[in-house]
Amino acid sequence: MAFQDFFHAALTEPFLRQALLVGLLAALAGGLIGPYVVVKRIGYLGGGIAHTVLAGMGIAYFLGGSPIVGAFICALVAAVIIGVISLYSPREEDTVINALWAVGMSVGVLFISQTPGYSTNLTSYLFGNLLLTPPGLASVLSAIVAGLVLVLLLVHRSLTAVIFDEEFASLRGVPARTLYILLLCLVAVSVVVLLQAIGLIMVIALLTLPAALAGHHVRSISAMMLIASLAGMLFIVVGMAISWVADLPSGATIVLVAGLGYFVSISVQHLLKPYRQG
Amino acid sequence: MTDAIQLDNISFSYGSQRVLDDVSLSVRHREFMGLIGPNGGGKSTLLRLILGLLPPQEGRISVLDTTPRRAARRLGYVPQFARFARSFPISVEDVVLMGRLGQGNMWGFWKRSDRHAITDILDLLEITHLRSRHIEALSGGQMQRVLIARALVANPEILLLDEPTASVDRHGETSLFELFSTLKKNMTVMVISHDLGFISDYVDRVACLNQSLVMHPTAAVTADTINQLYGEQVQMVHHHHAH
Repeated sequence: MAFQDFFHAALTEPFLRQALLVGLLAALAGGLIGPYVVVKRIGYLGGGIAHTVLAGMGIAYFLGGSPIVGAFICALVAAVIIGVISLYSPREEDTVINALWAVGMSVGVLFISQTPGYSTNLTSYLFGNLLLTPPGLASVLSAIVAGLVLVLLLVHRSLTAVIFDEEFASLRGVPARTLYILLLCLVAVSVVVLLQAIGLIMVIALLTLPAALAGHHVRSISAMMLIASLAGMLFIVVGMAISWVADLPSGATIVLVAGLGYFVSISVQHLLKPYRQG
Repeated sequence: MTDAIQLDNISFSYGSQRVLDDVSLSVRHREFMGLIGPNGGGKSTLLRLILGLLPPQEGRISVLDTTPRRAARRLGYVPQFARFARSFPISVEDVVLMGRLGQGNMWGFWKRSDRHAITDILDLLEITHLRSRHIEALSGGQMQRVLIARALVANPEILLLDEPTASVDRHGETSLFELFSTLKKNMTVMVISHDLGFISDYVDRVACLNQSLVMHPTAAVTADTINQLYGEQVQMVHHHHAH
């Protein structure tokens, strides 16, 4: 059986094990941050950060540095710019996101085009290629995801209060604006982790679809995090298995599986609605 | 001891539209004050100024002997409209717990003492059975009680309520106002209402506001008073009741 071959290879081939681990860590990052993105309805903002990141990756690549470091710096800068604009000049938010989105991609494409190996690397950044993940990436991502977990343990209840009712949270002395910018920085971090698996164009799918799916069935952000992480991991494993067996691009296959999972979930939710209300 | 809330010559406009014009008002400690007036008369704006959510454009506000922003954590506030989506994934317990947020209680997990503290408040508001329910499953009246519980769980010194019984039936309204009457033993209560006849049975004073202010003490609320208030001229009346 072809799928058995995949799982056998995952146990025996170090590169595939590493690819799976990177994918699972990406799913975990998306599952932890996605619920905030979905309930706060800032998916488009995550998309803006993701596309801007290409500038950082391209510049780092051109300078011979680490693309992931460039991605990090660029994602955090984009998050802070978008956060400050949306807080202090909300009318400009949409334009600024569009500008960062397009300019970030243009800068990235230009720098990558001036570096040897152009086409392969650009495609990897845009669409992801789990099977080409560099050695040691899983360790770096593990440390990043552990950092995400620690920060969330510290800020989760205040962050939830701000997302739920910013005015009330502010009256209680919660630093709402700082936490909003922190949320965007957390989105930026998860975007960088996710794009290692599925590429920056499709990051938004694993950031929002598992969380939205979880929101169909559970009624707390913590429970959404759990379900979204598990669903994301399932999409990664199934998507990778299909892409392995059918020799398809892994990023696109994973996103299609996630889209299908979301569609099934929303259908089940509608079918179960009368029973849940009863 | 100075008054709990002191407003001196407050004016406020949204653009060119004057909402409050030279309003002065004192609310004593442990007073139960009703605030009535027509829509657009400035009631909610006045409450938001007291909360420090809006800065006064003219005049001075003192709340608990300090600025509204500094006093904010010592106030309980129940807004007229829930400012959140009812589909938000959160239970009644977690909404009420948010009232426990504050200095020294912002990071990490809820403590057992926080969960214990809300138990008595849920009992007081008769919503203990709703504790683990999702907020989408609540009626308007139940939601209102949840928001009052969230305001009370912080042990406020002043409780400000913006039309807290707008989506409550008459029986529920009576029970809530009886509760507010009890609460005034420990705190100042200021409530916005449209129902002048109803609240005058409970409150110590009624402040009637229609942009500007006229001190108009009277022993009884009459049809003329109401006509004046909702008409062009009289903007504020104080009614003194024996309680």
